[in-house]
Amino acid sequence: MTQIARDNYTTDEMMTVAASHELRDGVVCFVGIGLPSEAANLARATHAPNCFLIYESGTLGAKPDVLPLSIGDGVLAEHADSVVSVPEVFNYWLQAGRVDVGFLGAAQIDRFGNINTTVVGSYDSPKVRLPGAGGAPEIAASAREVVVVLRQKPRAFVEKLAFVTSVGYGRGGESRRRLGYQGAGPAAIITDLGILRPDPETKEFTLVSLHPGATVEEGKEATGWDLKVARELETTAPPTEKELEILRDLQARTEASRRRAESS
Amino acid sequence: MVDLKEAVADLVDNGDTVALEGFTHLIPFAAAHEIIRQEKRDLALVRMTPDLVYDQMIGMGTASKLIFSWGGNPGVGSLHRFRDAVENGWPAPLEIDEHSHAGMANRYVAGASNLPFAVLRGYVGTDLPEVTSTIKSIECPFTGEELMAVPALRPEVAIIHAQQADRRGNVAIWGITGIQKEAALSARRVIVTVEEVVEEFEPRPFQIVLPSVAIDAVAVEPEGARPSYADGYYDRDNVFYEAWDPIGRDRERFAAWMERHVLGVENFSEHLRSIEGTMG
Repeated sequence: MTQIARDNYTTDEMMTVAASHELRDGVVCFVGIGLPSEAANLARATHAPNCFLIYESGTLGAKPDVLPLSIGDGVLAEHADSVVSVPEVFNYWLQAGRVDVGFLGAAQIDRFGNINTTVVGSYDSPKVRLPGAGGAPEIAASAREVVVVLRQKPRAFVEKLAFVTSVGYGRGGESRRRLGYQGAGPAAIITDLGILRPDPETKEFTLVSLHPGATVEEGKEATGWDLKVARELETTAPPTEKELEILRDLQARTEASRRRAESS
Repeated sequence: MVDLKEAVADLVDNGDTVALEGFTHLIPFAAAHEIIRQEKRDLALVRMTPDLVYDQMIGMGTASKLIFSWGGNPGVGSLHRFRDAVENGWPAPLEIDEHSHAGMANRYVAGASNLPFAVLRGYVGTDLPEVTSTIKSIECPFTGEELMAVPALRPEVAIIHAQQADRRGNVAIWGITGIQKEAALSARRVIVTVEEVVEEFEPRPFQIVLPSVAIDAVAVEPEGARPSYADGYYDRDNVFYEAWDPIGRDRERFAAWMERHVLGVENFSEHLRSIEGTMG
């Protein structure tokens, strides 16, 4: 977990803040655990107090005051508007089209935003057996749009996925549309270096914004394919003092609650 | 109301398909340890989110097959015994039948509904149908739309942990209830371990009650879901989950830990005493 201090914040903090900006107030968001959950809860604590967070354990309108470590942590149920069964969350909420945006992480991603969380190497004798699909394939299929949050590294941003667990834009162009999914696909990949968005025609992910201090060189080196760069490359707005304060407070509370649990 | 030892001896047979469910919450560790101690073999284990408890069962050679959708140590990393079985066939090869959460959830629903299969939107365009023979496309007979079908799960045995039972054997579960109701109703035999027996259930938000007619055996196992949590009783032991990583990572260290803390004890309360102060 390399964190290079840019100024008064880390690259991970920049990534989380940038990802939080993708969540508009009032939307229904299906949240994956880890980085996506941190970003979604930062959004809820800053500019999107009325976003409705759904976790796959069946918690609807979750309002965790500390970040959950696992998808079924009690803190997700505590202040939730409703708690339903797992079939209900996937069938009546996600598949029914009630989710505006899915926030996902990934082990590996390709230029068309397809995700691998299954294996590295061959399926029958894998080099690394990863945890598997979880809720991601259907989130990627059925949420109106998807935002992916992950650190940019060559072994994560790969030329060819060993396994397609969840579909982004398939082979690009019109290929996702032909699959008949109701969701439009990934709208952004937010990394510790910048923001990637799909080309409107080819659907290939293009670097459209660099975080302050990051360079195009760094972005290209961290990407396993020949990364396209937007002609008018933007610079991401740095985190505000307020955002950093709220994010750090959220992290500190999470740490403190973990320590409390340890000493009890 | 029976003793957990008896329930496992009577209701779990070698070669059975067995689902021990729990979505982070109420994971039936006490029952899993009893299965390990009774050296059940050749089980097809079913669970949406296999975590430490299946890592332990797989590492001890209890299972020959795993039907699942996400196998990891939540918030920590890999399940090393699961990985060793899949990557290296140790201690025995492990056949896998791998789905998404939506697929698994719907397979239980079909099982509980006595239907041969369930239908869902998903899997299309992923590599999962290529490696999992239990995912097939199907045409809607009414609209002609292409959808995906997954076969019903009908485990011989489902085992869940709940907060309370009453004297008539009804079971109350609250907090995150995950897939436990569907797992229980899809199975031919059902074992429930509970924190305690009460005279009457209190009304609680989002509580479900599983009637005794759907259950074959209820066993009282206080703290029987540790190191996972039981809403209203105890919190998740996050330190244990972190401390498991180096134990699970090493075959010998794993075997020694299981020998001392699971095989070498009589029951789960002895297990909990034996690990006191040792997990971080």
